[in-house]
Amino acid sequence: MKKINTPLDLNKIKSLKAGEELLLSGVIYTARDQAHKRLAEAIKKGARLPIELKDAVIYYCGPTQRPKGKVLGSCGPTTSSRMDAFTPLLLAKGLRAMIGKGKRGQEVKSAIRKYKGVYFVTYAGCGALLAGCVKKAKTIAYGDLGPEAILKLEVKDFPLIVAVDSTGGSIYGKD
Amino acid sequence: MRRISALKIKTAVTELTRRANFFLRKDVLAGLRKAYSGEKNKRVKNILKAILDNAAIAAKEKLAICQDTGMPVVFAEIGQEASIVGDLKAAINKGVEEGYKKYCLRNSIIGDPLARGKSGFSPCVIHADIVKGDKIKLTLLPKGFGCENKSQTKMFRPTAGIEEVKKFIIDAVKSAGPDACPPYVVGVGIGGTADYAALLAKKALLRKISGKGLQLERELLKQINKTGIGPMGLGGASTALAVHIESYPTHIAGLPVAVNISCHALRSASVVL
Repeated sequence: MKKINTPLDLNKIKSLKAGEELLLSGVIYTARDQAHKRLAEAIKKGARLPIELKDAVIYYCGPTQRPKGKVLGSCGPTTSSRMDAFTPLLLAKGLRAMIGKGKRGQEVKSAIRKYKGVYFVTYAGCGALLAGCVKKAKTIAYGDLGPEAILKLEVKDFPLIVAVDSTGGSIYGKD
Repeated sequence: MRRISALKIKTAVTELTRRANFFLRKDVLAGLRKAYSGEKNKRVKNILKAILDNAAIAAKEKLAICQDTGMPVVFAEIGQEASIVGDLKAAINKGVEEGYKKYCLRNSIIGDPLARGKSGFSPCVIHADIVKGDKIKLTLLPKGFGCENKSQTKMFRPTAGIEEVKKFIIDAVKSAGPDACPPYVVGVGIGGTADYAALLAKKALLRKISGKGLQLERELLKQINKTGIGPMGLGGASTALAVHIESYPTHIAGLPVAVNISCHALRSASVVL
């Protein structure tokens, strides 16, 4: 299977096509509902962001607590469409890729095409299996949000399927 | 009266949090294995394999099957001849809280649904029922919200036909699409009141997947599996593993129907005290 490493610059992702399967290695950041809300507020205020969005990969994930002796707990994807309201803004600020589960709205697909991003899905409901791909994990922002904090994860061969490619092509068809 | 201490209840609930979150139900595993062996689409078969592998890893590594360890829902069937010594609700909530902390499950519970704020481990949702006998049966259902968000309730006209009801159930699955982690178990509650139909739909998820059941359940399952949603929304033959319907008498003026969808990680565990 094709392998790909972060950072995901335009050259690495522009040839990816919806439906393609990949293994991703490198740095990804977890962020879900409340972290998105805070990132969007910070962007609107012109405040400094806790992560560099340029070419970044955001993983819609809120892991369980870390068991003793493990890198991270169970860490599968959460429903992506809940982040749709914030996604075009993040893409405009340089975000390159998102990992989650399920469909995206029309505005997100348009923004992915406009800013040349990519949306991946990964095995949904398989948090224990995906935990095996995480080699390092560190909370880097919004620690008060608990499971919704932003974590920096170093992953190895994290399984992905391209769900929306940089031309707006979707694995789920036109709807 | 048979006396049962709150401490015993708390300890039992803590153990249920471990069993439910680390070990996928045997009937769900069997349903998934059947879907895997019957699947012809290679990509979808791989996804079903990942789901089965995930369950095995969770059990072996003592990791939560899914990071969404849910809003814990506890069904307490209390024998009318059982006498509880101590605070039952506090014992259940404390048991959940201790278990979720001890087994590193997720603190997904927000104290104020509008103000949000910091998340914690409790309270859980408790449905208590009085039954015959002197025992207490406790069942923990950690319900993830990816699928809970896809729940629907509709108050039909009493003259509505069964076809309208079937369409509503199938449309609820279609509107969940790939988002709620198919293959699903579709819980349906028909009758009672709006709240009772919703409760029946959730209770329907506790019934074991058997491959048998009502004609209507089998027919709906067949139609749902024809939608072609499939695991991760990528097609194939298994959009749902089962449809479970629970019914109750209702009022001459209405026909409440509720749908409660479960993801493939349908987790629950029970104990009788």
